[in-house]
Amino acid sequence: MIQVSNVSQVFEGKRGASVEALRNINFRVREGEFAAVIGRSGCGKSTLLRLMAGLMPATDGQVTIAGTTVTKPLPEVGMMFQRPALLPWRTVLDNVLLPVELFGWSRAKHRQHAHELLEMVGLLDFTKKLPHELSGGMQQRVALCRALIARPKVLLMDEPFSALDALTRAELAVELQRIHMELSATIVFVTHSVQEAVLLADRVAVLTARPGKIREIVHVDIPRPRSFGLNAHIDEVATTSAQLHDLLLANETSDELALESLDFDDQPTEPKWRRHSFAPPPSLDYPATAGARVEKRLR
Amino acid sequence: MSTVQDRVRAPAASHRKAGPPSRVRRGRSRLSSIALPTLSIAIVIGVWWLSTIVFHIRTFFLPAPPDVVKSFLELPDYLLQQAWVTLSESLMGFGIAAVGGMIIAVALSASSIVQRATLPLLVAVNSIPKLALAPLLLLWLGFGQFPRVVMVVLISFFPIVVAGMAGLTSTPSDLNELARSLSANKWQHFIKFRFPWAIPQIFVGLKVAVSLAVVGAVVAEFQGAGQGLGFVIVMSGSSADTPLAFAAISLLAVMSISLFYLVVAVERRLLPWATETTG
Repeated sequence: MIQVSNVSQVFEGKRGASVEALRNINFRVREGEFAAVIGRSGCGKSTLLRLMAGLMPATDGQVTIAGTTVTKPLPEVGMMFQRPALLPWRTVLDNVLLPVELFGWSRAKHRQHAHELLEMVGLLDFTKKLPHELSGGMQQRVALCRALIARPKVLLMDEPFSALDALTRAELAVELQRIHMELSATIVFVTHSVQEAVLLADRVAVLTARPGKIREIVHVDIPRPRSFGLNAHIDEVATTSAQLHDLLLANETSDELALESLDFDDQPTEPKWRRHSFAPPPSLDYPATAGARVEKRLR
Repeated sequence: MSTVQDRVRAPAASHRKAGPPSRVRRGRSRLSSIALPTLSIAIVIGVWWLSTIVFHIRTFFLPAPPDVVKSFLELPDYLLQQAWVTLSESLMGFGIAAVGGMIIAVALSASSIVQRATLPLLVAVNSIPKLALAPLLLLWLGFGQFPRVVMVVLISFFPIVVAGMAGLTSTPSDLNELARSLSANKWQHFIKFRFPWAIPQIFVGLKVAVSLAVVGAVVAEFQGAGQGLGFVIVMSGSSADTPLAFAAISLLAVMSISLFYLVVAVERRLLPWATETTG
């Protein structure tokens, strides 16, 4: 469905200083898959999403979505940003119908669909309200409906819940999972939250920082629906979370240092960052995929 | 499960927004928004009146409020007629300035080349003392209302241009990004994003301009207009009829205040979202 091939991005700064944001990114997202891109802030994960959305051209490489090479924003791709970006003078319903108007489609034909989407996120009673009358979580729900109104094949989400409080975040993440299962859309979800990635994604691409490269692609084989609370798969959730934590934290230091720290995991001289991680010692059984990757990296 | 949570939470949220506490607060603020200005005007008039009595100020020097009222009641028809002349000039000029100012603002914000070429010129025109232009306008455009309307336009268009430009160039980046992600063309971007976003700031310019419009009309009427409240003030000065001058000035003040709050009322009516989000 989505094919990212050899994508690199270099930003030309002022006075000749250039910043390499992404280096040689390759990955593929299958139809109906929920892919997460996780990385520390400033690692270029939002840049990657903007390239996929066609909001800016890649310095090198290319992105194809459903066989079309992305050079400009495609109508079959829905986009959701960190902030709701609702038009404050439009009612909830009119905000949801905005893409319909911009594409020159008939509002009347899509009004029913807009109502269905708003019902799906529990905002049917708020169709005539203005955005400032809604809470942040509700506003982001409206933005989700707006992204879905054109029935996109692909949904690109740029840390959509990062500006919300923890409870609303968790609530919306659970809701997004439900919506993904209902609509079976292909979703690429950029986040810096391990928790969100483990809850939502089928596969997680972990980016290194400056320049952003893909460090690992981690499969999350936990059956759906998943939840944040107690569940039957708590061990898998813990191990996958720990693995992602380790991969992310390793970005802080150089690769060699990270390996060293893992080697001396059981020594009293363990580095500070390791002490707070939830990873079980390497001798315990990992699930097949996760364990294989960590071992490969250790060698 | 989450939909159940929503249903439970939703009414609570709406109650918080529109419930009794905020209505009381809004009613109280509406009361104070009328009572407080009235009070301050009453105090100023009281001090004025008191000082004319305490310091035995003579009427031709500074008339007391009753003298002004009496002077108005002697010639109510004439004064209201002259007020209408001034008002119509102000409104015509303000209307032209609003439309023209917006067109200029759109042109300037659309192209940096146009902006670089013409903005200094506009600033220069605006910096000329308009009083100095009044005799020239008379010379070029003759007598009658036309040169006075031109004066109103000259004096009141600039704030509208500046406010319009500021508004049209301040669209938040997330809205611009949204427009691009939805492949909005330039016209759609303008009509659905940039212009509506600019309206609250345009109203800031309109509020400044509407007061300046009255000033422009009066300044133009000083120059041998033969009618209008500005003419009344000049005439009463030469005949030392100070109470009449004050009556005319009072009418001007009432006119300015009414026009200003008319613009505010239109803004409130058109932009409920702006008054709610910016206070």
